[in-house]
Amino acid sequence: MTSTPIVRLENVRKQYGKVVSLKNVTLEIGSNEIVGLIGDNGAGKSTLIKVLTGVEQPSSGTIYVRGQKIDAASYSVKEAHKLKIETVYQDSSLGEKQPLWRNFFVGRPLTNRFGFIDVKAEKKIANQIMRSTIGFRGVGIDVDTPVSRLSGGERQGVAIGRAMHFDSDLIVLDEPTVALALKEVNKVLDFIRSIKAGGRSCIYIEHNIHHVHEVCDRLVVLDRGEIALDAPTSSLTYTELTDFLMSLHKPAVAS
Amino acid sequence: MSAGAHVTPTRSNPVASFFKIEGTATALVFVVLIVVFMLTAPRAFLGYRVYMSFMASVPPPLIIALGLTLVATAGEMDLSFPSVVAFASYVFAFLFQQYDMTWLALLAALLTGTAMGFVNGLVVTKLGIPSMIATLAMMFLWGGLLTVVSNGLTVAIPAIDGTLIQSIMVGRVGGIVPMQMIWAIGISIFVWQLLNRHRFGENILFIGDSLKVAKVVGIQIDREKIKLFTLMGFLSALAGVFLTVETTTYFNQQGQGYLLTVIAAVFIGGTSIFGGSGKVVGTVFASLIVAVIEAGLVASGVQGFWTRFFIGLVFIISVVMNTAIEDPDKVPLIKSVRSRLRQ
Repeated sequence: MTSTPIVRLENVRKQYGKVVSLKNVTLEIGSNEIVGLIGDNGAGKSTLIKVLTGVEQPSSGTIYVRGQKIDAASYSVKEAHKLKIETVYQDSSLGEKQPLWRNFFVGRPLTNRFGFIDVKAEKKIANQIMRSTIGFRGVGIDVDTPVSRLSGGERQGVAIGRAMHFDSDLIVLDEPTVALALKEVNKVLDFIRSIKAGGRSCIYIEHNIHHVHEVCDRLVVLDRGEIALDAPTSSLTYTELTDFLMSLHKPAVAS
Repeated sequence: MSAGAHVTPTRSNPVASFFKIEGTATALVFVVLIVVFMLTAPRAFLGYRVYMSFMASVPPPLIIALGLTLVATAGEMDLSFPSVVAFASYVFAFLFQQYDMTWLALLAALLTGTAMGFVNGLVVTKLGIPSMIATLAMMFLWGGLLTVVSNGLTVAIPAIDGTLIQSIMVGRVGGIVPMQMIWAIGISIFVWQLLNRHRFGENILFIGDSLKVAKVVGIQIDREKIKLFTLMGFLSALAGVFLTVETTTYFNQQGQGYLLTVIAAVFIGGTSIFGGSGKVVGTVFASLIVAVIEAGLVASGVQGFWTRFFIGLVFIISVVMNTAIEDPDKVPLIKSVRSRLRQ
């Protein structure tokens, strides 16, 4: 991590009305590292990701991407895409009623200068991504299949394949293994490893601590809007990690 | 057992895949209706005149329905279009009558409707009022404003007979085919392309599918919605001018009668009320269906009161058909019948 970090958040705060979701977060994501983001429901994980990927603007604080300060007001999902930051949300990355090929390209379709979509080219590339990048062999699934007919694992595959295709430097995975069968979970974990092998970085948000400990280089624990821990995975055993997470709850009970 | 096995497989069934083609179910209903009316009212429906009159009267509501199909695809609604139709009609008729304007009057009418649509879009997005309510309010607002401006008067423009604009917009090709039908078909093709092949259409599809997803993939939701309502205003105004040039009159209630039939046409055509799916071809046939029912029942000697009853009946049948084609289990009755057959 000698090079400039891909993303650096400095003293980022986000509140919705009176509710403070992020208190004072400073966090770096270096190049070619997998960072596990852990925290309870409501700890601020989703908010952190939304701020990082331009879905929401921070209430205060600064974001740097590759050392460059980002103008928070104009930072949007489109900007994040241009800066090669891509997000795979657990349940809201794909349009259910839309065919797969549209889902691969939505937001940045291949168009002529009048804005008309080159459907043939999109379908061809979508087919390639499905076959080679994510290795789809699902029976009866092709680029015209609507997302509503896919299984949970297949949906993650599509979203992940899309992120790969657009050659992102940082891929954010928001609980990709929720509601997946064990076999499909392993596929997702393999993908996370392949992100690193491909020289890219990944933020992996997960409830299952075991998965996080298995694949991540670094662990970040969020607790009630603040960073409670930021340490290399090698410095903690799995048991130490769970003990630490349990200890977070004690003060809350005492007070 | 054998009955159950007979019902379930649909994947490679040629009949099923035929109905997967956009608009085929609606087209079938249309053809059935025509055949029925050929039997019950042969004098009218075996001649060509009744079809000529359809082609003259269907284009205005069809053009509005095309716009509304896009609006519904985005999961929105526009109830203000009758007032936009009336306002644009008035602007056109007034400018033609008072200042002898033809193309300029058309341009002014279209600009008026477009501006009204733009305002509708602002009210929906910037004030955050659900479009069903916002556009209902705008229907009153625009309609009231029009009555004030026009004093509720009727504007007759018989002088438009024989002008170039009349023959281009509503002339009869070869003395038979009304020009407005050709325009309407052209606009239908354009709207189909816009929805299914243009990035604007794709954005609309995803907005209607899920606002969350649309936001996450970087679609500028408000901007696209404003564009959408603006386009709806433009198409409503265009429909209004077609209507005015065809009938050579503007009257105060112009366009009011379209409200329910246009909405019916959009959903008879298979567009989803929940958004995310729009069927332009379906809308075209459904607009014809609504007109055919009205004319067909009267020609068959059924009392006029029955028209609405039958529109309602066809409405329900079509919507159920469209849902069943997409997924038979979405219709609870079919689902329970199928599960009983399987036992």
